[in-house]
Amino acid sequence: MSGGGIRPQRSFSEAARQELKNRQLRDNLGFATGTIRAKRLNAVSEVGDWEEVRTHGAAIKDEALSHLEENLILLESKVEEAGGRVHWAKDADEAVEIIAGLIEENGAKACVKIKSITTDEIELNDGLADRGISAIETDLAELICQLADDSPSHILVPAIHKNRSEIKALFEEKLGESLDTDDPAILAEAARRYLRGKFLTSGVAVSGANFAVAETGTVCIVESEGNGRMCLTLPKVFISVMGIEKVLPRWQDIATFMTLLPRSSTAERMNPYTSMWTGVTPGDGPEEFHLVLLDNGRTSVLADPIGRQTLRCIRCSACLNVCPVYERVGGHAYGSVYPGPIGAILTPQLLNLEHRQANTLPYASTLCGACYEVCPVKINIPEVLVHLRGKTEKGGAEQLTFSAVAKVMQRPKLFSQAIKKAKFGKRLAELLHLSKGWTESRDLPDIPDESFREWWRNRDK
Amino acid sequence: MNHSESGGGIVTSKQAILERVRACSVPQVQAERSPAEAMSVDIDRFCQMLTDYRALVHRCHAHEAPSIIGRLSESKRLVTPQDFPSEFIPEAAAVVRDAYLSTRELDQIDTALTLCAVGIEETGTIVLDAGPGQGRRAISLIPDHHICIVRADQVVHSVAEAVAKLNESARAGDPLTWISGPSATSDIELVRVEGVHGPRKLEVIVVE
Repeated sequence: MSGGGIRPQRSFSEAARQELKNRQLRDNLGFATGTIRAKRLNAVSEVGDWEEVRTHGAAIKDEALSHLEENLILLESKVEEAGGRVHWAKDADEAVEIIAGLIEENGAKACVKIKSITTDEIELNDGLADRGISAIETDLAELICQLADDSPSHILVPAIHKNRSEIKALFEEKLGESLDTDDPAILAEAARRYLRGKFLTSGVAVSGANFAVAETGTVCIVESEGNGRMCLTLPKVFISVMGIEKVLPRWQDIATFMTLLPRSSTAERMNPYTSMWTGVTPGDGPEEFHLVLLDNGRTSVLADPIGRQTLRCIRCSACLNVCPVYERVGGHAYGSVYPGPIGAILTPQLLNLEHRQANTLPYASTLCGACYEVCPVKINIPEVLVHLRGKTEKGGAEQLTFSAVAKVMQRPKLFSQAIKKAKFGKRLAELLHLSKGWTESRDLPDIPDESFREWWRNRDK
Repeated sequence: MNHSESGGGIVTSKQAILERVRACSVPQVQAERSPAEAMSVDIDRFCQMLTDYRALVHRCHAHEAPSIIGRLSESKRLVTPQDFPSEFIPEAAAVVRDAYLSTRELDQIDTALTLCAVGIEETGTIVLDAGPGQGRRAISLIPDHHICIVRADQVVHSVAEAVAKLNESARAGDPLTWISGPSATSDIELVRVEGVHGPRKLEVIVVE
């Protein structure tokens, strides 16, 4: 599997049970998340008014989403004024169709790609392969995943589940390299040699986009390795696919997001390279630029007053690194290209809460709230999780039980009678396996012989 | 291709998406924005931030720049933009002025020499905006060694000030490249490796 899409094949609890058996993955992830967590704290503490910047980031995103129609229309006109072309795609299939069509128009059989979760969301690589077009991933980690025919396990460090000796073996097999050591510098050098040839000869490049500014038509890509700059500068045709929620209203908003994103994501003051461009520039970079604006379920997220804050997300992955559930089960358990806390709310909503397995994702959380605390755009993930649980869990034994308990607890006499029967009730529940979901991994608490109220009444006797 | 039948009329995907956006009727809100506050600049700290991210920094007066560049480029082949100021070019250097060199030709050159538009103190970033002496994007990308000259008066304190300073270029549609240290990856076991595809060596000459 090279792309991934957003439709989980298994329920979260099934997937988690299997993934938890992967000791190597858990060790690698524990190390990675721990390291990035510590680094992020440093990077954030350097910004004196970090909380204000977060609040401002959230406010800009809310404004952008509340004026989405005008922002998108303005963006389109600015990009086209500057010689770019804008395409609109309602869903994944349409986006793939548009991109494949553009590549075919140019007579190309291959394209180079910049790491992009949006293209993974629409399963672009598979879609292109079906049409005989090969997509070459140029981000080191994505290249590793692609060569291994594996899917990314972390938004930011997609190959974190692979260690250096595995990667050395992979490069020797797939790139025909013979490598002296598994030193990461040597491995990166091998990738550089392989990819430079691709950059110098490819006619088409495809990317996602981090931001686009409506009032100027500027599109922005944030990266580290320089593969983005290569793709953006050398091929004749450049195609970016961008979710409609990525648009920012004003040029000055870039300052806020260039403060929030690198520090939250790679925990750096600034990432090595950021490219910003508008349409095409004669004599510099591609001759054709296409921007594909993608809905693919985003408007159904926008329709929900509580759920819509999810669309503020700038894909930094800070919430993954602090999540106790993600740290243990890893990215693959979420069955979607969007893992971790953000994935647990984004994936089911993009599918309009109509996908049974995706609807189990809001349970992939202890509701500890760490994700909310680190989110650079203040998405209240626990709030959305609970909201989605309420929307997806209709009826069922659990709801019946709790509404009965609520009634009993409102009546003191009934309550004290019920307490006396609690021991019997617990035994009954165990015999009938009524509380299986609760007791699979933990015991129900013992019911004491004497209730608190009895003890209080009897304490002086 | 982007059309579908809906209720008798032909609806484009653009219309369909915007119709769905409108149907969400999101209550309109406005973010408060304030202009970037101008703060005093500490060149020492700018240099420290550059060094932190593994750029090599050289500080000098304008007249000393050519000899430093000569030393750094080790008399190998040097490419500069067409309009790069001659006063910075060392006498003996094998300089190629970029007149739409092909990508292959650029790939044969050791060092690129450019100016920049803005330096950012708090992050150790330099920004190129295709303005004077900066050339097209391929120049500062393909050669493995990039020497960039920053005048001290081009450095601002914050990212917000830099964005404000780049306002005109952004509105003119000029391509911007923000550079913070040499290209890097931490994709293998989170071990930082400098230099994947962009220049593996970034040297910044701060002219005071």
